[in-house]
Amino acid sequence: MDYLWSFIIGGAICTIGQVLLSKTNLNPGRILVLFVTGGVILGAVGVYKPIAELGKAGATVPLTGFGYALYQGAFEGVDKSGLLGAFTGPVSSTAGGIAGAVVFGYLIAVLFNPNTKK
Amino acid sequence: MDKKIKKATVFFAESVYITGFGSVVGKKEKDSWLGSWFDVAFDEDLWGEKSWEKCERKMFLRAVEVALAKAGITEKKADYLIGGDLLNQIISAGFSARELGIPFFGIYGACSSMAESMMLGAMLVDGGFANNVVCATSSHFATAERQFRSPLELGTPKTTTAQWTVVGAGASVLSKQGEPFYPKITYATTGRVLDFGIKDANNMGAAMAPAAAETIMLHLEETGRDISYYDKIVTGDLGKLGAGILFDLLNNEGIRACDNYFDCGIEIYKENNDMHCGGSGCGCGGSVLNGYFIKNMIEGTYKKILFVATGALLSPTSTGQGESIPAIAHAIAIETE
Amino acid sequence: MDIKKSINKKQYQKYVKEKMPKSKLLKECALAYFFGGIICMIGQGVYDLGNYFFNFSKDEASSFTAIVMIFLGSFLTGLGVYDIIGKHAGAGSIVPITGFANSIVSSAMDFKREGLVMGIGAKLFSVAGPVLVYGITSAVIVGVIYFFAK
Repeated sequence: MDYLWSFIIGGAICTIGQVLLSKTNLNPGRILVLFVTGGVILGAVGVYKPIAELGKAGATVPLTGFGYALYQGAFEGVDKSGLLGAFTGPVSSTAGGIAGAVVFGYLIAVLFNPNTKK
Repeated sequence: MDKKIKKATVFFAESVYITGFGSVVGKKEKDSWLGSWFDVAFDEDLWGEKSWEKCERKMFLRAVEVALAKAGITEKKADYLIGGDLLNQIISAGFSARELGIPFFGIYGACSSMAESMMLGAMLVDGGFANNVVCATSSHFATAERQFRSPLELGTPKTTTAQWTVVGAGASVLSKQGEPFYPKITYATTGRVLDFGIKDANNMGAAMAPAAAETIMLHLEETGRDISYYDKIVTGDLGKLGAGILFDLLNNEGIRACDNYFDCGIEIYKENNDMHCGGSGCGCGGSVLNGYFIKNMIEGTYKKILFVATGALLSPTSTGQGESIPAIAHAIAIETE
Repeated sequence: MDIKKSINKKQYQKYVKEKMPKSKLLKECALAYFFGGIICMIGQGVYDLGNYFFNFSKDEASSFTAIVMIFLGSFLTGLGVYDIIGKHAGAGSIVPITGFANSIVSSAMDFKREGLVMGIGAKLFSVAGPVLVYGITSAVIVGVIYFFAK
């Protein structure tokens, strides 16, 4: 059941991105910024929580989910450490993803070579 | 006849023969219907070099070497090398010039470089300033993507109007003396930079079409020729959309262009549906002109062509700052007796 | 001959817009939906692996999922497969976190020949950087607002 909902919600979020990509002149970089920031804001106003609970990975795998994780980190940080927590929270909660991105990004780039598209 | 006709066209009273012509292409281009016409082709995108930039340099050099060999002269006999490419600081041309040791004029006309270099070369020869001038240009998909667009392995789809930079290099040797069967450059019309406000860097055809239209119309107006005079009107890389726009623009002025039209960008990737609007890059027109057209003109298949190379003079910086794309088109008339 | 006298900028841009080949939106959305959905399902599988097999807590499983998905995106990029997926999937491969990894690796790979520090090192985040900048900044701002709202 989780799998079905992650497909449904995840696909839907990606499709919103596709509409933006095809119909506006926004480039992928700008769309991703929109999505991650959107995830933060929707999380903060409480809209993303039910989507995340229903869609499971369908809501956390898209970049909006990354934004959601950042927001959660910020709120938990503030709850724990006050104003300082607003700064320490977001990065702490997404530490795994960020460290993974740096490390794997670097390793794979060192080990593999780019190819002209066939 | 006066050398300078009206505003933009010059007439070469002395003979300017194309005695040497070289073309180097990559695998995709070799696999096209034009494939057998190119002099040299290589398979993988590095051609044994350590970087794509070094590969492009190798292509540029090889094209020049082939052209010089056909002309029967060595680099020492070449008076000038006029070359350009798409890369920052035109390093393919500049570093190749370092190897060749020919007095060098580096030019930047984006994809109009082949026509621009030949036009300037013809002026040097006709003006009595040189006996032999080498004109060359190159482009490579990987080097252009890296500089102008996105990383090679980035998983974003190409837009419907996008073009694929051709892996190609072309070189011509222009000489004061030549056998009668060599094609001659008879007229050259220099374009001016036009900008109709197209901002999409993936839609260069639309940005360049007006420039092509104006240069072609100016050329016909100033030489008094009709468009049907030429066996082929050859554009460098307008692509499918750009060509369609060119036909409409010329039609508005009562000129019917579609009958004898040939776009190197469309033709070089004709069989490949993945290429959206077709090929682009200075090497596109450069390799097809020196590979297919010059050889066919010597064989007699074509007697008169108008080679119109168009260039989009944008940079990632200008695009980043929200600027639109200025474009230019240069035309040279090549004829055999 | 002055082409600017035959047609002005505005007319030309309008004409070009109409003449441009239209993208097939329905087909693109269907593909984006399909591929995006599949990638999310894979993510779900990874989460379950972390949760039930490795007995991670909810938070740990989430981090685990992010790390594994990023690894997958990076690896497929290195193999030269991700851009082939992206050609068909469109936003379906850009929006998931695997797309984030793809933008990092592809950018760094392109500049390999300029060295490990100034090439790979410097270019790792040239496409993906804005995501971190705007994501973290908006989260911090939201946190600060929350603090004062409490």
